[in-house]
Amino acid sequence: MSEDASSYPPIEPTKFDLIVVGTGLQESVIAAAASANGKTVLHLDPNSSYGSHYASLSLRDLSNFLNSHPAPHPSTSSNGHDFTPIPLAARPLYSHVEISSFVPEILDDEHSRKFNIDLCGPRVLFCADKTIDLILKSGANQYIDFKSVDSSFVCDASGRLTSVPDSRAAIFKDKSLGLREKNQLMRFFKLVQQHLGGGENERISEQDLESPFVEFLKKMRLPPKIKSIILYAIAMADYDQDNVELCEDVLKTKDGIDRLALYYSSVGRFPNALGAFLYPIYGHGELPQAFCRRAAVKGCIHVLRMPMIALLMDKCTGHYKGVRLSSGQDLFSHQLILDPSSVVPLPLISSPKDSPRENRQILGLGDEKRKVARGICITRSSLRPDTSNFLVVYPPRSLYPEQVTSIRALQIGSDLAVCPSGMFVLYFCTLCHDANQGIKSLNAAMDSLLTLPKSSHSESSTTVHSENSAEVKPTVLWKALYIQELTMDQFESINSTAMPDGNFNYNNILDAALKLFQKVYPDEELFPETVSPENPEDDNEFSVES
Amino acid sequence: MHGQPRKAPKPEDEAASAAKAEKLRSLQSQFLCFHHSNIYSKEALEVNSRLLEINPEYYTAWNYRKLAVEHRLTQSESDPDSVNSILNEELKVVESALRQNFKSYGAWHHRKWVLSKGQSSLDHELRLLDRFQKADSRNFHAWNYRRFVASLLNISEVDELQYTTDMINKNFSNYSAWHNRSVLLSNLLKRKAQGFFPKEKVLNEEYELVHQALFTDPDDQSGWFYHLWLLEQTVKADAPLLVSSWPAHDSNLILLGESCLEDSALSPFNTFHSELGTIPLVVYFNKAVEGVNSSTISVESVLNTKGELTWKPLSTNNSQTAQVWVTYLNYPNIKLHSSEFYPVEVSVGHTQGIISSSGFHYSHPSRFAFKVFVRPFEKDLAGHGVEMVSWREDNFLLYESHSQESNPILSLDQLNIKDDHEESSLKWRAETIANEIALFRELLSEINCKIGKLTLARLLIAHETMLSPIANKMVHSEEVIELYSDLMKLDSPHSQYYKDERSLVLLQQITSNRESLLRYCFRHGDRTSSILGNSMCLRLNNISLSRMGSIEKLLWVQMLDLSHNELRSIEGLEAMQLLSCLNLSNNKLSSFTALGPLRLLKSLKVLDISFNEIGSHSIDTTRYLCSSPLSHTEEIDWSHDETVTGDVNLTNYWEAFLIFKDLNLTQLDIVGNAIADEKFKSFLVKIVPTLKWLDGQELQLH
Repeated sequence: MSEDASSYPPIEPTKFDLIVVGTGLQESVIAAAASANGKTVLHLDPNSSYGSHYASLSLRDLSNFLNSHPAPHPSTSSNGHDFTPIPLAARPLYSHVEISSFVPEILDDEHSRKFNIDLCGPRVLFCADKTIDLILKSGANQYIDFKSVDSSFVCDASGRLTSVPDSRAAIFKDKSLGLREKNQLMRFFKLVQQHLGGGENERISEQDLESPFVEFLKKMRLPPKIKSIILYAIAMADYDQDNVELCEDVLKTKDGIDRLALYYSSVGRFPNALGAFLYPIYGHGELPQAFCRRAAVKGCIHVLRMPMIALLMDKCTGHYKGVRLSSGQDLFSHQLILDPSSVVPLPLISSPKDSPRENRQILGLGDEKRKVARGICITRSSLRPDTSNFLVVYPPRSLYPEQVTSIRALQIGSDLAVCPSGMFVLYFCTLCHDANQGIKSLNAAMDSLLTLPKSSHSESSTTVHSENSAEVKPTVLWKALYIQELTMDQFESINSTAMPDGNFNYNNILDAALKLFQKVYPDEELFPETVSPENPEDDNEFSVES
Repeated sequence: MHGQPRKAPKPEDEAASAAKAEKLRSLQSQFLCFHHSNIYSKEALEVNSRLLEINPEYYTAWNYRKLAVEHRLTQSESDPDSVNSILNEELKVVESALRQNFKSYGAWHHRKWVLSKGQSSLDHELRLLDRFQKADSRNFHAWNYRRFVASLLNISEVDELQYTTDMINKNFSNYSAWHNRSVLLSNLLKRKAQGFFPKEKVLNEEYELVHQALFTDPDDQSGWFYHLWLLEQTVKADAPLLVSSWPAHDSNLILLGESCLEDSALSPFNTFHSELGTIPLVVYFNKAVEGVNSSTISVESVLNTKGELTWKPLSTNNSQTAQVWVTYLNYPNIKLHSSEFYPVEVSVGHTQGIISSSGFHYSHPSRFAFKVFVRPFEKDLAGHGVEMVSWREDNFLLYESHSQESNPILSLDQLNIKDDHEESSLKWRAETIANEIALFRELLSEINCKIGKLTLARLLIAHETMLSPIANKMVHSEEVIELYSDLMKLDSPHSQYYKDERSLVLLQQITSNRESLLRYCFRHGDRTSSILGNSMCLRLNNISLSRMGSIEKLLWVQMLDLSHNELRSIEGLEAMQLLSCLNLSNNKLSSFTALGPLRLLKSLKVLDISFNEIGSHSIDTTRYLCSSPLSHTEEIDWSHDETVTGDVNLTNYWEAFLIFKDLNLTQLDIVGNAIADEKFKSFLVKIVPTLKWLDGQELQLH
């Protein structure tokens, strides 16, 4: 970005089927899918690395990225062509960025580069989720290796982690559940399995499926502890489900069961994966990159460090024609996909064929009112002595009475090549309406798990005893907090992707990308089966390192 | 590996298997050719290994390889390298055979055979086993082989136990892992290895582990089997114990001479009428024992004048091991006087020699004593003829007891000798079982689980017998009976088993105390009969019994009514040595083989087996359960046959012959059985010369 884009040689050719701006996951998937279908695709990114809002960055690059305030684009002139340039506005997507380094040497150049910190963390993939299927189907699995996340925990107010009994073997081994609870939980899992695989009379009634999941759990006489585990640590509900009137997002039984099914079928899908979750080695930034490489194989042209400054609109029809790059070059395409960093000025939306409201419903990702609060902490010791990669879920109200959303956390160790050896990266996130409320939640979760040094330049990296137990809490070396906007997906004639959502996995993001692809290319199959010797459907090709 | 449905073969598969069969046939004939001419060349071995790779089930081929190996080894005895290469070659052949079928007995056995030569490195074996466990963690062949390799490698049992823990943690639905665990623990407990003593602590931990499996998934049976094993370790007393005797301890036996007049003032529990000049002495153990003889049981009494007593096992299969043993005390008439009593003292197990069939010694020496009184003979009545016994309902009167009368049940209890050093272990056992009962009640409050109900029923009974072998309160018997009735409905394929168990509980309940037992005791009030003298009948009729039990408490019974039940077998009845009248009518006895226990009842005079199913089933299923002449365990005096049977065709009735030839029945009812035609009746009359009444008809022959 710092380099002068005008020094770039002009891009050849100048006409494409599709121009994609931004190399986030959605853009990369669409670019790869279009390329696989023989479209000519130009993939641009103003940044110097792949991934956009899905990137994994060094500590320094991360703080630069969060703090960068894109300069207003220079005004462009219309040179009497048959199109009008419409300058793009940059959209502020990150706010309340607060980065504290308690150990200055962590930012040393050499050290800093050993970090691959996810911008959109905490994030994992379910072994059985759509993303994995798509990675296999597209052949992107050649470029990416995964490792199993060891376990997941539910955290109570005292900061005690109890493991989530998420499989038959885990229920058997669990030390915190009573015998009766084990029986109840396993029976519930069986009920779900029967519902999914069984005959007519083994299915859960339609009436129950439409009812709130929490009511169904109550009807099944599951005790509160198990209910909470199922709702927040397995079905990953965001909002307090016990308070149906106040809850913004009541999980229906139908959806709850689908989430359970996803979780359950994830356990044991890959022989090397112990639990339900996977994490990509070198961080989540590898995912969009893998799709970009897939696209490149099929002829997609990638250009980094190339901001786009204006849209070119047909003077007669008012339709999109092309883009103007900061190098001054004009490029043309039939279709355009924009990442959420730029906004098209409002007047353009005023001539809709179909109403934007309807479009919003089509893609349904995000909500302008909501934001995601994200946090990152780096420590020199694991929260658990015996394992380094795991999830932690704080159900609503587990930390303080006003906590209305679940807080999710993920610890990743150096064995996943995201930090120097001996260190650990902890990601936190929660949904919020108000930035302060989100930051309060994250700070509460961090406080319950970690020790934060008083002064931001304290040399102390020793562990400190917590008040109520003999357990030692790891000390934070570096910490970041930021609020990320959730954006809508799409405009009338210009298609735009969304910001990463607040979920653990990519399912909704991917669904939106696939819908967008379908909208742009209604008659094209997504990653059609190839008779290539690669045989991407073969699970054995999928690399999960043990 | 498990739970995969079979698919019907497609035509192309069938063609492929035909081609495979063709190839196999040709290899097979080549191989047999080499085998018959003892050729062990490289080429011959190659043919054999190809054959085994396709069909690892071919035992002859494996045996040939053994011969070939022996042959080649003798030729290269001096050279360790070639020995190694010969044996390694064998291991490779086994591996490729196992790749074809990892459940091939022949292949696994061959591998063991090669390794037992002690020449091969064993390191590879554990890696091989790991691969097999990964492919199928429940492959019992691999588990079996693992035990073999572990013992060759001297892997400690503690390590192997940890391995089973790991496998169970991965997937607890693994019979083989649980089984191996029970084997390893048995050994560790037996030798009190470090960390495996006391037994109570170890078993508590095992209960804890298996509970996790049972509660997580009660539908999975593997844990239940381990639980059953644990229960056995908890409940079982290793050493055999004396549980009852006849005459009972401290009892006053009243001996009636031949044809004595009945006297209602005498207690029928202790009155005994003998025509043989002997008193049976019965000892009843809690498990089958051997080594009961005059040195292990000493009897001190003036009655025993003939010197050493001969003890006889009451076993229907003629083995020298039995739960119940009998001997006979003689009382020569002349020496007995009515004014005196004759004390008898019996000491059991004061010298070693009584051993249970599992090898444990009788370790609780015990003593019991009783007194014998004699009623004077009244010669003038001796001429009174024998009368027919009628089982008609109006001949029975509910027995009214006399409070001063000795109690047949209480007297049993004094046999129980408490041992101080066993107290704490007994306490642990009772606590453990009580804890299990509470847990399974909780489980059953959550779900309806057949095996959970069965386990609870078993636990309740175990708790009952453990806590109160003396008091026999049977506080849970109603609950247990209900559980079994429930199970009969829930699990109809096994209803016969539940019915049997329910019968046993019902009998335990009936015999648990004097009051409940007396409700089933009747005076046989047929005034015209004198055969029974002061007779009392135990009537367990019409209570849906499918099996007899609690016999240790019924040794005193002389007249027993078991009619209108569902008995298929009368196993155990052989212990009732005093029995003279028995009613088995209207049951489900289906053959004479099922009546085997009667052959040991020397006092039996009156037998009613009418309205059963003898002769209606062409296949005698009891023969597989009970012994028969075909099982070569019977002592048959064949020389006896011809003299008695004469012209009757014995082959048709030899089962009946075996039952009746040794009995001295005077009265038999057999009507209502398919076999009971005129021909059969005439056969019976011949082989039972003492018979006076057959199906209610007085026989005119005598």
